[in-house]
Amino acid sequence: MKTTLAIAVISGAALAYEILLIRLFSIVEWHHLAFLIISLALLGYGASGTLLAIAREPLLRHFSTAAATAAAAFGATSLGAFLIAQRIELNSLEIFWSTRQFGRLFVLYLLFAVPFFCAATAIGLTLTKFGADSPRLYRADLIGGGTSAAAATGLLFFVHPVTALQLVALLGFTAAFLFATRRGAALALALGGVMFVVAARPLAFPLRMSQFKELSHALRVPEARIVDERSSPHGLLTSVVSPAVPFRHAPGLSLAFAGEIPRQVGVFTDGGGMTPIVVEPSSAEYLDYLPTAVAYHAGIPKQRVAVIGAGGGSEVLSALVHGAREVTAVELNPQMVALVRKFGGPYDDPRVRVVVAEARRFIRDSHERYDAIQLALVGSHGASAAGTQAVSESYLYTVEAMTELIAHLRPGGYLVLTRWIQAPPREVVKLLATVIAAQERLGGVASKRITLVRGWNTATLVVKQGDFTPRELAELRTFCDDRSLDCGYTNEFNILEEPHLFEAAHALLAGGRTREDFFERYKFNVRPATDERPYFFHSFRWSALPELLQMRARGGMPLLEWGYLVLVAGLAQALVAALVLILLPLFFTRHRGTPRNPEEPEEPTWRLILYFGSIGLAFLFVEIAFMQRLTLFLGHPLYAIALVLSSFLVFGGLGSGASARIDDRKARAIPLVVAGVALVALVIVRLLTTAALGLPDPVKIAISIALVAPLAFVMGMPFPLGLRRLAGSDAAAIPWAWAVNGTASVLSSMLATLVAVHFGFTALAALAAALYAVAAAR
Amino acid sequence: MRSLILLAVLAATPAPDPYSAARARMIREISADARVTAEETGRPAFDRKVMNAIGTIPRHLFVPENLRGAAYANRPLPIGHGQTISQPYIVALMTDLLRVDRNDVVLEVGTGSGYQAAVLSPLVKQVHTVEIIAPLAQQAGARLQALGYRNVTVRHADGYNGWKEAAPYDAIIVTAAATHIPPPLIQQLKPGGRMIIPVGGPFATQSLMMVEKTAAGKVRTRQVLPVMFVPLTRPKDH
Repeated sequence: MKTTLAIAVISGAALAYEILLIRLFSIVEWHHLAFLIISLALLGYGASGTLLAIAREPLLRHFSTAAATAAAAFGATSLGAFLIAQRIELNSLEIFWSTRQFGRLFVLYLLFAVPFFCAATAIGLTLTKFGADSPRLYRADLIGGGTSAAAATGLLFFVHPVTALQLVALLGFTAAFLFATRRGAALALALGGVMFVVAARPLAFPLRMSQFKELSHALRVPEARIVDERSSPHGLLTSVVSPAVPFRHAPGLSLAFAGEIPRQVGVFTDGGGMTPIVVEPSSAEYLDYLPTAVAYHAGIPKQRVAVIGAGGGSEVLSALVHGAREVTAVELNPQMVALVRKFGGPYDDPRVRVVVAEARRFIRDSHERYDAIQLALVGSHGASAAGTQAVSESYLYTVEAMTELIAHLRPGGYLVLTRWIQAPPREVVKLLATVIAAQERLGGVASKRITLVRGWNTATLVVKQGDFTPRELAELRTFCDDRSLDCGYTNEFNILEEPHLFEAAHALLAGGRTREDFFERYKFNVRPATDERPYFFHSFRWSALPELLQMRARGGMPLLEWGYLVLVAGLAQALVAALVLILLPLFFTRHRGTPRNPEEPEEPTWRLILYFGSIGLAFLFVEIAFMQRLTLFLGHPLYAIALVLSSFLVFGGLGSGASARIDDRKARAIPLVVAGVALVALVIVRLLTTAALGLPDPVKIAISIALVAPLAFVMGMPFPLGLRRLAGSDAAAIPWAWAVNGTASVLSSMLATLVAVHFGFTALAALAAALYAVAAAR
Repeated sequence: MRSLILLAVLAATPAPDPYSAARARMIREISADARVTAEETGRPAFDRKVMNAIGTIPRHLFVPENLRGAAYANRPLPIGHGQTISQPYIVALMTDLLRVDRNDVVLEVGTGSGYQAAVLSPLVKQVHTVEIIAPLAQQAGARLQALGYRNVTVRHADGYNGWKEAAPYDAIIVTAAATHIPPPLIQQLKPGGRMIIPVGGPFATQSLMMVEKTAAGKVRTRQVLPVMFVPLTRPKDH
């Protein structure tokens, strides 16, 4: 019983650790890098299987000492690895220029693999020792993980990520305490653990952030100082005032503006993506010189305005300054809203209504129509140009989203979308393709309903509910001329060296064969993103790679898309590491000194790989596909991920426990059952995301759980059943199975994203079903 | 004047210069890259005077000591304080695009290591350069003085406001990124003058923004791609 609890605790600690590392690395470095480092470090899971296979006998003889040591080592190294990593000066931006950075990255992989290796050793060792009892132990493993996924997300609302990290380390020592059989040793481990965790705290502060992050730049300026810092799973918000060198955030500001920009408080999310809170709204004249002001200078008066992604509120202020009577500010992060109020931003104005919600959710629930909907420009130019978000899902820039947004405009209303301009253009072209598709879906002639306002670094698409009138077009033109902006694809004030944007607009608006040709020939992927493949920021095409590399030194390198390439590089490295570090040693030790049951035929190696590899890959494929689908349905990324992840693990755990009652003969058919249930659930989830909306939250949550529960329940069975069968026939192969499964899970998370980027979530879920079928056929 | 400066540089650098071979290699590399681009774009290769300046300046003295070995590689290098010294190819391109002559007065916003100012020094009459990070301003000032760049003045100040006392400028070069072009800089640019702003991340210049003020005072921007990457291949002959 104590051992089972220990399994739940250590498994929960490891999962929470994963969540926290992503959070902490997003703060001190960048999210895409966090993803890479942690994905690779998770190979520690597979590596533990190798250790268990090699040192199985001695470890089993001293089971409780070994397991307790491994758990305590997790406690020590989870915190220790982060403290050491903070002292390794990685400059990821330099990575294409300097091989030295590769070395440091590799050190980080190894460093963070250690705690995962320790946790997995404790779990794998217990499964090896009590193989016949796998269903119950694996249940504890999954339920521990599931509970902790929800708890860690909740905890981050209340404590700093570093404090949460300390708690995770303490969990490691708690598991050690539970594993240990001798009382004295148990107490010593627990006490030592507490002392270590408490003593380490001062070493963690302040967090050392990369010197190239926006926040680091801001704080380097004389007299700049942090005036507020608050943290939640949405991110670390740091508010900075800079009296000597004021923030003057005004992307796309017209060259014709000669005045001053009023005082701003800069709010940074995870040390980047600065959004300004305008502190002196009385002198906000500059807002009229931003391209987004175009909404208020042409067409019907914009009395009712919605600002999506309102952040610090400058677009809200702009709407007010331009005479809107009612402004709805939509912002996902409640702490951001609180900050805007604290620093005197516009959210306390009686004309402003603040809605804390995800954008898609807001628009689907809204029964009102607007004269203008502004999609504020968020994030920095550098991040946008480097494509760091390429493999992050965005349900805002999809054809479905645009269709819903346009449908929420009053006749004559404007949807105004602003993005940074990259060279050569990518996001603007893709967004244009997206709104064209949306207008066509709604039955309009796109060329009569869409126009573009362009400065030197931003582009604003104006999408109308209805056709532009000649008078409106003249008004638009005047607006642009007064501000030295280019209007409707002209190349007059802000001259592009190559007429890419004009050519793109021409081809996209022409439609048919011309459009298709353009998509084929353009060297970036600018086909519209959809809810099925919501990767608006991904535009990389492999066919352009040779040319880019050839021009590396002449500016080709910056055109590479980081987010996507990091994913591919991570997958490639993980594959090599998996083969060399885990599977190869296992292959050599497979038949050495294995006391197996002579009655039973030995399990062929390839079968083991096929079975445990398939179910390892498939579990996460299903989980990720449903997580994404339900994110859209539930309308809140954070809660959806926590809820779905927890449900999958907890119900998977219950299924694992229940599998104890299934006999070996029936067990063989279980993966096939999983495949069937997955396909049915897939159909239902597709219906849900396209139809049943506008339901109250509790109902949506209940539906989601009801959908995940039976699926996860059967998905929890194949792994423990496989282990149990091995325990009866070929017990020495259990560490093997643990290693293969662990390795497959690591590859799976990266592979899943890659499959989704290229083929969509339905394909991902279908592939998972196929993998389960393969496991059944073994 | 120019030969005097060159003499000063030579005097400050102990001869024989162990980096001269590396520097010559770098110049060959930049020229080759420029030639390739020139063929593709029709944009002429870099001005000889610009290349001469880059070919004589001891770049290794502008980078941190532990990175001197890489000083002449065609790549940007970190110089501390979250700043970089630009890639030589980009420095050459930006300097070339400014089209300066020996009577020009130039403003630089973001001194950094001082390398760009040193490159401009022999080409123009006077370089005024502004840096907001105090240690960088101080180091660059001392370095430029020690190397004998008499026509460069460094000031520790907020570059957004330019340098009003010495305005107007024939050319302005902005190495620190901003969300918009500071209005004071546009005001301090002479009619007929040019301003250059690199766009992109610290190790990733994606494009250059050239701001031109016509003789009549009209302002236009022009995007210059350092690279000839054609995102659209023309359709095959039908």
